[in-house]
Amino acid sequence: MDAFQLTTFQKDILKEIGNIGAGNAATSLSMLLGQKIDMMVPSVEIADFNEVIELVGGPEQPIVGLMFQIEGEITGVMAIVVEIDEAEYLVQKLTHNDQFRLSEQTNGTELEIAMSALSEIGNILTGSYLTALSDFTGMNLQPSVPHLGIDMAGAIMTLGLLEVSQVTDYAIIIDTEIRQEEENHENIKGNFLFIPDPESFQKLFAKLGWN
Amino acid sequence: MTTTKTIVNVGIADTKTVQHPNTIRTLGLGSCVGTVLYDEKRRIAGLSHILLPDSNQARAANSNPMKYADTAIPQLLKMLQDQGARDIKAKMAGGAQMFQAGKGTSFMRIGDKNIEAVQEALRKLNIRIVSSDVGGNLGRTIEFDPETSRLSIRKRNHDIYTI
Repeated sequence: MDAFQLTTFQKDILKEIGNIGAGNAATSLSMLLGQKIDMMVPSVEIADFNEVIELVGGPEQPIVGLMFQIEGEITGVMAIVVEIDEAEYLVQKLTHNDQFRLSEQTNGTELEIAMSALSEIGNILTGSYLTALSDFTGMNLQPSVPHLGIDMAGAIMTLGLLEVSQVTDYAIIIDTEIRQEEENHENIKGNFLFIPDPESFQKLFAKLGWN
Repeated sequence: MTTTKTIVNVGIADTKTVQHPNTIRTLGLGSCVGTVLYDEKRRIAGLSHILLPDSNQARAANSNPMKYADTAIPQLLKMLQDQGARDIKAKMAGGAQMFQAGKGTSFMRIGDKNIEAVQEALRKLNIRIVSSDVGGNLGRTIEFDPETSRLSIRKRNHDIYTI
C-alpha cells in the first residue's frame, strides 16, 4: 500500500480530524484550567522516524510524553507532548501548589501525585479528541491507559512509532498545537500527535466518502 | 598541523561507520539499542541504531534492514570488513523500558527483546561483547571514539560515564 501520496483532498480531511479532535481537547483543557486555550492550524506531515522526533524538538529535547494506543475501527497512537516546565505548570494548576517542581529531586509521593495528575489530564484530552473524532466519523475509537514518560524526546517518541515501523519507514502525523497565553507566564504549548496505523487510512477515507 | 574532528550522527534505523580521529554517536536511545562494532588496532568503528528485534515480523516487503537487529548487525559487520577491519569486537547500550509496565501492550518489553536480539545476532557472528550498558528506564545518548575504544553514555540529569 502506498499511503504516502496523499491528495490535497485527503490532507484536508486529516487536517479536519486534527481540527475537530484537538479543538474539543482544547475546550476540555480550558474548562479544566479555567483559562483560554488557543488551537493552531493542524499540520499533516509525512515524516520518517527521525523527522517525527524533530517535530517535537529533536532527539535530546527533554519532554513529558503521554502515549495512548488507540483501539477500535481505527488503530494508532496518540501522543501528547509538552516540555518539562509546561508539565510542571499543569501540575501546579491542577494541584493548586505553586511550589511544585518536576526534577530529579522531586520525591516519591510528590512525583506520584504529579504523574497521576498528568495522566488524568492526558485521559481527559485524549478522551475529548477521540470522542469528537468518533462523532465525526461514526467510527468507534478507544484509548488505552496512558503511558507516561519523562525523558529525551527520541527515547519516548520511538515507542509511538513501533506499530507503524512494522509496516513502513514513514508515519503520517496529524500534528495540532494548542497554546495558552497568559500574562506573567510564558506561552504554554503542547502538541497532539495522532499517528494512525497505515491500515487505518483507507478505512478512514472510505468511511468519510473520499476514497 | 591540526586535524578537525567530526562527529558522525547516526539516526533511528540507521547504520554508519567512522575512522579516527572522528567519533560516532546516536542521540536519545530509549527502547532502541545502539551497537558499536570496532577494530581497536585499525581504529575503525561502526554504529547501528536498531528499533525492532526481528525482520521476520515486518509486515511489508523491502523493509529497511537497518531497522532490525537480526539484519542490521550482519550488514554493519560487512561494512566494516569492506573497510579492512578484521579483529572486531562489540559494545552496546540502550534497550530501556521507558514506561511503567501496563497491560501487555506492544510498548512493553520491546527494550528487552531488542537487547536479546542484538546479543543473539552478535553470538551468531562470533563477535565478543566487551561491555554493555543496557536496560533500566532512562534514555541514553551514546558516543564512541575509535581512538580510545571508549563508549561514552549520557542520561538525562546524570553525569557522563564511559564503558
